[in-house]
Amino acid sequence: MNQAVIVPLLLPLAAAILLLLTRRRVSLRVRRGLNLTAVALELAAVLWLLVLVSGQGILVYQVGNWPAPYGISLVADRLAVWMLLITALLAGFTLVYAVQGTDSGSRHFHPLFQLQLFGLNGAFLTGDIFNLFVFFEVLLLASYGLLLHGGGRERVRTGLHFVVVNLAGSTLFLFAVGTLYAILGTLNMADLAVKVRETAPADVGLVRAAGLLLFTVFALKAALVPLYLWLPAAYASTSAPVAALFAIMTKVGAYAILRVETLIFGDEGGPLAHLIEPVALPLALFTIALAALGALAAHGLRRQVAYLVLLSVGTLLTAFALGTPAGIAAGLYYLPHSTFAAAALFLLADVIARGRGALRDRLDPGPAVPAAPVVGGLFFLLAVLIAGLPPLSGFLGKWMLLRAALGQPAMTWVFAVVLSTGLLSIVALARSGSLLFYRAGGTVWRGFLPQPSLASASLTGQDVCLLGSERSDSADTAAASGPDWQRLAPVLGLAGLCLALVVAAGPATDFTAATADTLMHPARYIQAVLGGPAES
Amino acid sequence: MEALLAGIIASLTGCGVYLLLRAYTFPVVLGLTLLSYAVNLFLFATGRLTVGQPAVISDQAMGYADPLPQALVLTAIVIAFGMTAFVIMLALKARAELGNDHVDGRDDGGQGT
Repeated sequence: MNQAVIVPLLLPLAAAILLLLTRRRVSLRVRRGLNLTAVALELAAVLWLLVLVSGQGILVYQVGNWPAPYGISLVADRLAVWMLLITALLAGFTLVYAVQGTDSGSRHFHPLFQLQLFGLNGAFLTGDIFNLFVFFEVLLLASYGLLLHGGGRERVRTGLHFVVVNLAGSTLFLFAVGTLYAILGTLNMADLAVKVRETAPADVGLVRAAGLLLFTVFALKAALVPLYLWLPAAYASTSAPVAALFAIMTKVGAYAILRVETLIFGDEGGPLAHLIEPVALPLALFTIALAALGALAAHGLRRQVAYLVLLSVGTLLTAFALGTPAGIAAGLYYLPHSTFAAAALFLLADVIARGRGALRDRLDPGPAVPAAPVVGGLFFLLAVLIAGLPPLSGFLGKWMLLRAALGQPAMTWVFAVVLSTGLLSIVALARSGSLLFYRAGGTVWRGFLPQPSLASASLTGQDVCLLGSERSDSADTAAASGPDWQRLAPVLGLAGLCLALVVAAGPATDFTAATADTLMHPARYIQAVLGGPAES
Repeated sequence: MEALLAGIIASLTGCGVYLLLRAYTFPVVLGLTLLSYAVNLFLFATGRLTVGQPAVISDQAMGYADPLPQALVLTAIVIAFGMTAFVIMLALKARAELGNDHVDGRDDGGQGT
């Protein structure tokens, strides 16, 4: 069943083309339904792939049936499928939020959304480093469109920065790939891992430069210090569902770092073994520290959440840069948690901003947020999640990370930075919560009315059902004065996923430990791609 | 020939980086274009510079020109082309929305020029 590997690529591509072709002919309602159906199908395909990969190990699909080092290989190992699953779940909930009005500004929102998924899935599945570049470009081009969706001065200004920075990053990526090809003569990642062991002593410096250049590019995507400056403004100014979807974008960089670090420059990398970890660890810790300060200094809730995304990236890369199976497993458990929690906070920040009139999400005392007990309670829950307080998944992730750091040379630094920034993020979130909810005036701002009409309300209720959320019953009963359940449903869903990570912590950590084990033994990956029965 | 090509790539990259660091959108777009030219030439050179060699392996020919960098360059050119078109449109939109062509949208001319 190796063909299953390409299904998560073909589905979003086909859906994007369909949505693009029907953009003028079919009503928005139908296209929303189409897009939601496509995302549900993608989720089903990924779950199928998850079952297959858990049972049979690494699946490889050679595109066009070209044998391995010559053609492009698509590789589904546990890491890739884990990332696909996170992407599909996140996309589902952000889309449920987006169909409640965000998508009506431009006809191209839905095709771009699917193309974004196409690029993300491709980046996770590809086993070819030039193909990784191509999929990075696909997801970036879609992300430019999504980022600018809705328009406005601030969005265009930060969008320009985002685009130019990423285009410069793409150029660096090509330089790195070109250097690797010039020295090692291959672009297939498994083949690179083999060839890098036999690098001639004279060429070690060049390959090292190329590897570190690759790391720079991935660090730019992951928003590591000092390449993070584009992130907070861009995430704070774009529309809420897009910002929530972009919670996975920084993780693409982290994924690429992990893949290259373990596969090509891993234990068996010969003269170039462990090229990336010594550079990545201090940068990751520095990112955490700066992000915590940024979260403290933020004037708006969404900018604060953007800094918390940065903080989670730093934590994630700290875990990956430990370079031990326990560290990687901890990081892989922390990854979905931080993605879902940050996305939920972006969506909730938008719900809060809609209820505060002209103040939007500025952290100033203002009018009371409508349905403050529900919204405030959710904010509290998400703050506990993302700050990593017990008993929720953030705590479990950080606890596993700290346990993995025990006995490592960098233990002192990891403990000091992770624990103190945990405290700082609690302070930052507590300040926001008290400003938004406790120090609010007695009057509810009256200009607020739920955006969607009753017609679309029934549609979204139905589609929420389709994605398996438990809040579908309350979606139809939204009253103008009550909580905006339609918008809160995806937030609740994402928070529910984090809670599920706590409840199912046993199976989840088993899976991440098995993933880390696979990653630490790249021979299996190499054998599956190059040596295995090559689909002939 | 190697020195000439290296010199061209170096000067294109240098000019590209310089223009990229300017404070107005037009030089930035030009800088990105020059950088993409430089990287295209660089990719082309990764297959080593050969003269008069066939692109397809045959028994008669002494060697062959590596066809893969040519395919990579083609892909890179297409992507760079699309990206340049997009960034030009974005720069125009930024000019219209912000009222000036400074990359930070400032009227005062910026400090970096």
